[in-house]
Amino acid sequence: MAKFTLQVNGQSRTVDVAPETPLLWVLRDQLDLVGTKFGCGIGQCRACTVHIGGQPVQACMTPVSGVGRKSVVTIEGLSADGTHPLQKAWCELDVAQCGYCQSGQLMAASALLAENPKPTDEDIDNAMAGNVCRCGTYLRIRAGIHRAAELATASTSKEAAK
Amino acid sequence: MNPYEAPTPPTMPELDRRDFLRLTSFAGGGLILGSFLKTSGDLQAAEIAKTAPAGDFTPNAFIRLGLDGSISLIAPRPDSGQGVKTSLPMLLAEDLEAPWQSVTVQMADLNAIYGSQSAGGSTSTPTFYTLLRQLGTTARIMLVEAAAQTWGVPANECVAEAAVVHHRASKRSLAYRDLVAKAATLPVPDAKKAVLKDPKDFKLLGRRISGVDNQKIVTGQNLFGLDFKLPGMTYAVFEKCPVFGGKVVSANIDRIKTLPGVKDAFILEGTSDLRGLMPGVAIIADSTWAALSARRQLKIVWNEGTRANDSWNNFTQQAQALAAKGTGNVVRKDGDIDAAFAAASKTVEGAYSYPFISHANLEPQNCTARVTADHAEIWAPTQNPGAGADMVSKVLGIPKANITVHILRAGGGFGRRLSADFVIEAAAIAQKAGVPVKLTWTREDDLRHDHFRPGGFHFLKGGVDASGKITAWRNHTVLFAGGLSADEFPSRFIPNHLGLSSVIENSIPMGPWRAPGSCVFSFVYQSFIDELAHAAGRDPLAVRLEILGDHGTLPGTGERGTPYNAARMKAVVKLVAEKSGWGKKLPRGQGQGIAFHFSHRGYIAQVAEVTVSKTGELRVDRVVCVSDVGSQIVNLSGAENQVEGSIVDGLSAAWRQELNIERGRIVEANFAEYQLLRMPDAPRKIECHFLLSDNPPTGLGEPVLPPLAPAVANAIFAATGKRIRQLPFSKTDISWS
Repeated sequence: MAKFTLQVNGQSRTVDVAPETPLLWVLRDQLDLVGTKFGCGIGQCRACTVHIGGQPVQACMTPVSGVGRKSVVTIEGLSADGTHPLQKAWCELDVAQCGYCQSGQLMAASALLAENPKPTDEDIDNAMAGNVCRCGTYLRIRAGIHRAAELATASTSKEAAK
Repeated sequence: MNPYEAPTPPTMPELDRRDFLRLTSFAGGGLILGSFLKTSGDLQAAEIAKTAPAGDFTPNAFIRLGLDGSISLIAPRPDSGQGVKTSLPMLLAEDLEAPWQSVTVQMADLNAIYGSQSAGGSTSTPTFYTLLRQLGTTARIMLVEAAAQTWGVPANECVAEAAVVHHRASKRSLAYRDLVAKAATLPVPDAKKAVLKDPKDFKLLGRRISGVDNQKIVTGQNLFGLDFKLPGMTYAVFEKCPVFGGKVVSANIDRIKTLPGVKDAFILEGTSDLRGLMPGVAIIADSTWAALSARRQLKIVWNEGTRANDSWNNFTQQAQALAAKGTGNVVRKDGDIDAAFAAASKTVEGAYSYPFISHANLEPQNCTARVTADHAEIWAPTQNPGAGADMVSKVLGIPKANITVHILRAGGGFGRRLSADFVIEAAAIAQKAGVPVKLTWTREDDLRHDHFRPGGFHFLKGGVDASGKITAWRNHTVLFAGGLSADEFPSRFIPNHLGLSSVIENSIPMGPWRAPGSCVFSFVYQSFIDELAHAAGRDPLAVRLEILGDHGTLPGTGERGTPYNAARMKAVVKLVAEKSGWGKKLPRGQGQGIAFHFSHRGYIAQVAEVTVSKTGELRVDRVVCVSDVGSQIVNLSGAENQVEGSIVDGLSAAWRQELNIERGRIVEANFAEYQLLRMPDAPRKIECHFLLSDNPPTGLGEPVLPPLAPAVANAIFAATGKRIRQLPFSKTDISWS
């Protein structure tokens, strides 16, 4: 066991765990941030996608000892109040079926939009190909990302108009 | 149970309609309806009433209106993504005249007062459609009556709208919240006599309503089974024999107990129920990771039992030998098959097969349990809470009355969570350990200990006459359990038909997988019809319409036989042809395929359009789907989501999914080997049409899936001339030149 101080969703959190413990289980069991999901444990389904230093990463494959001081953002920290354009678009388009993969989808999609605010279908397919949705909501996920891009543009132009 | 057949969840008990809305009064002045059940229902209704704040209006077990204006509706059946936590309360809200945005939905616990809570067989909509509307209506009638009495006017002069009762003539209005106290003192009217709203007046049903859990889902709140925590809870893993039916001989338990974070470890003897509590070794630790880490050090000596030589190759050889012998159980014999083949102008033979596959729910099986010698409390992401309680009672000897099951949202169902193995494992481990546990399966556990969709083999021979009509159909089916149904399409539609059924002995745990039986049979039969159409040089659509003919409704065989309404099917087939532009000219390498299937009361037809590159890469460009699931769609968004999801799931299963069996065990371990469809391979476009017919509304969780695989396989043939007779598609070379 060893102590690690993580920067999670803007807060400093200290945990005492085995160094090789995947970040996934630290988030879920120690920090009670259960939005990050366990699906395969080998980085194949990406239900556990979080941002580390702004990049989408599979938390199930990331030992806690490797995180260091880099900022970790989970689905719980994607927005303060659940109003990220992607979160709004997901509710508006009723994207989810079971919903289990969607926090990983949203974290992957938000990393895409941060780099590419107006992605094409092909950009989306490339960025999202790693994330499995067992229920098959892919068409709605794609539509949701386009809709979020629209919402983000609309709010940016509103800001500009002010 | 037969894993090729739709599960038959306990049907709603036959209700004595007079008892159905029987009034039970309570000292506190509250009112509550009896229940669906005559047995223990009254007691449970009383319990529910006791928990209601004094003065609340609880006209039945599903609806509660508070003095504070709150409107709380119960979702009676588990939601694993099929949307019933939203759609069933919508039925209550519609006739209650409760605005959807003001309603709070609460997931029911397991309770007989709600009738069958098994969410399987696409039964939720047909079971609850009228019942819940009646309950909403009677509650509304009571609120209107309360207003009428307050004003001293006839109730029929009052109308309810958006949780307010109006008396237009005198321009008076009273909100539901102001009527709660009075309504609670009124008798509950007979639901049978309640006049339900005319569907043209629906405000909610048929609209697109976003799922009630969506905000929690997109913000990562505690919601799913695996998210649940109890104070003092421990984390358990459980290792079972990779060979089905194998038992533990010994294990290095003492060593495991010394590992970091491990609190306990022990062998569970288990039972011989392949779909129940199997033998294994449990490890209990203070975190999931500690349990998983300790498990890596686990060394178990297994008695692998008698099935350790089973393999898919071996099964295939057995099936081929059975087919060569040509002897099987005769389940259907119509006309004179030999004479029809002798008279046929063309005959075609085809051997079809499909492998075992997994449900692969993205949330691995898990369950939290707190169990003593004679009490159990369970928190489970289950489709079938009653099955969990039954098994816990039976295996652990705990009276049913002492078992509580809380239903948590499940990360995918598809039939897997109708089983109760993960519930009994958690309960047995918790009881033996004497502490509350959360049992978590790994993905490897999940793939290797699924209750699999069984594989199967079909040896077909068909004949067409000089006019190109299909006149003869011989089907020798070799399955792993149960057997071929006498009513399996195209049975009843081909004049000379021989259905033979054989079963291969095995000990593989199998269970219902989304549209059981249908999910694979449709691929076989709709593909082979296509083969015969092409052999006759005819349009596959025309041949299908000819088979359906002018039959109207054909009765099923025997007591459990299901009637087949050919007219409904013909209507969806014609419409899908029209909507898809069937028959359009496409260049080589592109093609259209058509298929239809009836299951779970739904009549579905699909046209797929594909592009296949010369090197054999498949892309599904478009799927057009027409569904007849009755007169009314409940939640249009949810319904469209089920259609889209079924099409993607159908493609995912058919394209690459396959579990191999060697040495009596599953070969594939995780998603690296077991490949689920990903976004770039999803159909580029899905068009969803509902043909509303004058029939009771029925479910959409399953019936859309079966026609997808044959529609795509038939389109691949049209594009390339390559016929796919084996699932997954990826086993067949579809390159062309």
